[in-house]
Amino acid sequence: MNTAAVASNVPSRRWQWVRSYGQELVVLSGIIVLMIVVGLYNPRFLSDNNLISIFSGNAYIAVAAIGMSIVIMSGHIDVSVGSLIGVLATIAGTLAVGDYPVWVAWLVPVAIGVIVNTAVGALIAFAGIPSIVVTLGMLSILKGGLISITKGNWITNMPGEFLIAQQRWLGIPAPVWFMVFLTVIVAVWMKSWPLGRSFYAVGGNPEAARAAGFSPQRTCVLAFMIHGFFAGIAALLFATQLQVIQSTVPPNLELTVITASVIGGVSILGGTGTVIGSTLAAILFACIGSSLVFLNVSAYWLRAVLGLLILTTVLADMIRRHRNRRSL
Amino acid sequence: MSARGLLFRHESVLALLLVLTLAVLAQQSDKFFTMANMLNQGRLMAEVGIIALAMTFVIVTAGIDLSVGSILGLVAIVMGVLWQKAGLPLPVAIGLGVVLGCIAGFANGFIITKFGVPPLITTLGTLALYRGLAEGISQARSVRGYPDWFFTLGQGELWGIPTQLWIFLLLAIITAVILGLTPFGRATYAIGSNSIAAEFSGIPVRNSYLIIYTLSGLFSAIAAVIFVSRVSTTRSDMGTGLELDVITAVVLGGSSIFGGKGTIIGTLLGLTLMQALKNGLSLAGVKGDGTIVMIGVVLIGALILSNLFQKKGDG
Repeated sequence: MNTAAVASNVPSRRWQWVRSYGQELVVLSGIIVLMIVVGLYNPRFLSDNNLISIFSGNAYIAVAAIGMSIVIMSGHIDVSVGSLIGVLATIAGTLAVGDYPVWVAWLVPVAIGVIVNTAVGALIAFAGIPSIVVTLGMLSILKGGLISITKGNWITNMPGEFLIAQQRWLGIPAPVWFMVFLTVIVAVWMKSWPLGRSFYAVGGNPEAARAAGFSPQRTCVLAFMIHGFFAGIAALLFATQLQVIQSTVPPNLELTVITASVIGGVSILGGTGTVIGSTLAAILFACIGSSLVFLNVSAYWLRAVLGLLILTTVLADMIRRHRNRRSL
Repeated sequence: MSARGLLFRHESVLALLLVLTLAVLAQQSDKFFTMANMLNQGRLMAEVGIIALAMTFVIVTAGIDLSVGSILGLVAIVMGVLWQKAGLPLPVAIGLGVVLGCIAGFANGFIITKFGVPPLITTLGTLALYRGLAEGISQARSVRGYPDWFFTLGQGELWGIPTQLWIFLLLAIITAVILGLTPFGRATYAIGSNSIAAEFSGIPVRNSYLIIYTLSGLFSAIAAVIFVSRVSTTRSDMGTGLELDVITAVVLGGSSIFGGKGTIIGTLLGLTLMQALKNGLSLAGVKGDGTIVMIGVVLIGALILSNLFQKKGDG
């Protein structure tokens, strides 16, 4: 390769951020294009009510995907998050209809989420069992435990002040505030703080990270602790969305959360991605779901569209990487 | 292998655990050890079992196939729709369904080998895609009214043993021989231990992946036909979450998710232990969902135990 070709491949400083946020920009343009196209077809798609439901409806998925992204970046996976959210939501609801103050019903599930996932992280880090196996086991335990204890009874008559997801602050639904704030805080933390950057280091190359002084074990436990915290908040948003809690595990939630992380640009090989991408991906899902309704397409095709979306994003990512490698 | 090595093999630990479980469960209910119950359990585990055979190959290569439950659902729906809506004879519809299963599995292998996408992500995508196609094609309508002869496969018997158990045993023997005794089986282990070294040793790594993922699709399709025949109806949500049962059985059977390790006999033991727990506990009065908890506990417990024993066995 001659020098001119090499020079043309070195991006100028101004375009550097385009490259480092490539996947996030792809997802963002997906959302914008979808809004324009569907909005032209049916202007009611862009009505206030619909936009609010798009942004707040999947906020709990976005919040859960923040934690999932950290777990995946550090080279692990969690297939039990859907069951965990189901369990924590039920605990929150049970406390709320009991004689406990509202803040107890909010804090206890988050604390339990942290404790459970710290145990999961410790099993992975110190017993040497792969994360997919431990979380597969946790999935069975949480799901089976939940249904056999609650017998699938619905929780109703929750006090109004407990229903945090239905509150509005400055006219904007609370879930949107949670989603935006948590995403921004974590994104900045992971970019600028050494502890935040250690997830990238360990996920990218555990041996090199160990040599640089990061303990892969400690990073793994920490990643799962943080993941448990966000699962707890996601559970609160999920539990308080409606007037009832169904006391079951929301079907396929873990896959939706993992998918949001992956489409947002978190590489399953570890070491890359941002939580901005996963949040945008969660919004994109809500956008697609709503679009199908406004385009009069049967909702039964939603999953097929999502599947195609995962495959095309991942293929595009792979092709881009191959090209980058070749151009070096 | 030394006697000590044999004793500390994962399969030996598992066999011991299985005998112990069977003994305890037999105490709890006198219905447990009857022939009728055993055969009925065999009937129920055939579908998961058949897919677990192929999944053993996949996991031994350090891969994973999350799309098996969705392939099962897609094949079941396409078979039913081709027969009922398109008016094809049922054997032709079954044949086309099985071909579709192979194509679905091949597509997984193709994406993995051609573009280098990790198996976990590829099959996560096709899990959604295949299930989505099944839901889209069926529009949540089920297919019923299959002819009587079709039910012999899933509800009938041959010499006193459920038909699908014969199919399962036949496939188990074939896959055990292939994985344990043939060059292809050795190549599978080599790829799982170190795919780059395998490539340099002249093993056709890409073609092996393609064959193994196609096999996974084929076995999922066979399981789909048996499933439809057993429950007499076709729905698009058939086999949802089945992949987790299959992977649990295989991993419980000692296959390492990191590849290079695992046997068909281990998978059969893992599968039997799982089914015995489900059945025995429910006969002992534990409700259906409590048994799922036990399976999770046993999965994590067995791996901790096996890790401990292996460390001791090494030293």
